[in-house]
Formats: sequence, C-alpha cells, structure tokens
Amino acid sequence: MADRQPPVRYIDRTRQQYEALGYESYAWVHESDPPAFTPLRKPIAESRLGLVASGGVYAAGQTAFTFKDDTTYRAIPTDVDTAELRATHFAYDLTDARADINCVFPLDGLRGLVVEGAVGELAPAFLTCMGGIYSARRVREELAPAIVQRCLDDGVEALLLVPV
Amino acid sequence: MSSARDITAAVNPPRATFLDWPLGHTSGRPGEASLNRTILRAALEAFGRIDLPGTIVDLGVPWADDDDWKDRVMRPRPKVAGDAAVVDDRVERWPTPQYQSGADATAAAARHAGQDCAVCAGIDY
Repeated sequence: MADRQPPVRYIDRTRQQYEALGYESYAWVHESDPPAFTPLRKPIAESRLGLVASGGVYAAGQTAFTFKDDTTYRAIPTDVDTAELRATHFAYDLTDARADINCVFPLDGLRGLVVEGAVGELAPAFLTCMGGIYSARRVREELAPAIVQRCLDDGVEALLLVPV
Repeated sequence: MSSARDITAAVNPPRATFLDWPLGHTSGRPGEASLNRTILRAALEAFGRIDLPGTIVDLGVPWADDDDWKDRVMRPRPKVAGDAAVVDDRVERWPTPQYQSGADATAAAARHAGQDCAVCAGIDY
C-alpha cells in the first residue's frame, strides 16, 4: 500500500520558512465566527454560475497582475478562447497552469458541465485576481466588495471559488 | 475548491471541497479534461449537498501513487550543507505587471493606448 501522508500544513510550513529566514511570522486570517450560509435557491443545474479564481489569470490584451498586493481583478469573458489565457503568480509553480489553464481556471470543464446539464449557465464573465495579498484588510475593503458587486451585476446565483 | 486544507479551515468558508494536490492544481491536472470534469462535477454536487456551514468535503482523488511530493513543499534548504543559513527561494514581489511574455505586454499596451479595455477593472491608466 502506498505511503500516504496527511494534508500539507501550509500555515506551519510558512511559519517555519519565515523563522528560518529570520522574518516575523505571517498573520494568517482565522475566522472563528460561523460562516454566513445562504441556501441555494435552486439547483446548480438551473443556476447561473460565476467563478472567482486567485491564480493570477489574465487574457492576452489585459494588463497582467503585479506581485505586490494587487487588489484589482480581471473579468474574463466566458466565451474566450482558453488559448488566450495566461497565468502569472509568485507563490506557486506556474508550469502546469501555463500548459493548461484549466489547472487553476476550470473554464473548459464548466462549459462541458453546461452542455451535459449539470450547470444551468455560466456568468458572462469569470473573475480573476491575485492570491498572496498580504493585507487581509485590503482584500476585505477593496477587492472583495468589488468582486461581490460585479457578481451581483452579472446576476450570479452560485459562485465557485478557485484559490491557489 | 481548495488544495490547502488548513488555510481553508482557518478562513472557514460556508462550503468547501478539498483536493489533496500540490498548489497550482486547484481545479485540475494539465491535459486531463475528463478527470478535471469529474472533479468539477463532484465539487458542484457537494455545493448542492452541504447544509452544515463550514463543511469541507474531501474529494478523495490522490495526486500520485505516493505522497512524496509533500516532503518537498516549503522546506528550507541550507545554503551550505550543515550551515544554519537557508536559501531564500521566494519570488521577488515586483510592484509592476508581471506578464507571461513580452508579446502580452505589447498587446496590453496597444489595447490600453486606445482606452478600449472594458475588462481590466480597478486599474489607473
């Protein structure tokens, strides 16, 4: 039988890495309150699905993300040719995402699920941003409200998050 | 969808699925469209099924025959064998747009020179 390990504890390993480099520990977000929970109003198979991905995805012609606390987002039209999509990020190995953007931005798969009837329809655009924004306050006050507003404007009924 | 179970548990979202894969593969493996669609289908089924806030559903698809890849994640390496100083292999956090290619930078500059970009939100040009 294969030797299996528990999931990687990224928070611990980040702390160990920072300590080894002589830096203070990063202050991770810990939400202790129960999360807000909105029941689905109708099945996913009848819903308009949105997607937010934090893997630094942009389309050719768009401005790429910076690597330093970039709180902007890109709207990727869901009828885009996925060959036009790019990935840029400082905190994960980009090799596979650049070979197949679906590793971090599952547009082709979700189009397929619409065809087979598992998803009602896709939002007119999927939204992308950078991960690794060190200021949780700026995410809360700048990026998240902009994304929520865009999803509401686009009539999104269920939102899939794909962080990296 | 998550590939970092501890971070997702700390953030505590209303619904989550977990795929125990290396970062950079939250929603799939390169070139494996059928497997990727199966994973998405499972994630969306969980989305419709979870009724307890904070639930994380493990999708149970292994990355490889063993978990040796986990031994190489964020493990500081000494600069010199036996030395306490470690290699800082983190990528510089550049404050300017980081294009995948020079052609992308040229294409973006051309588009924004015409001020006809309606999809780059929140940027001052």
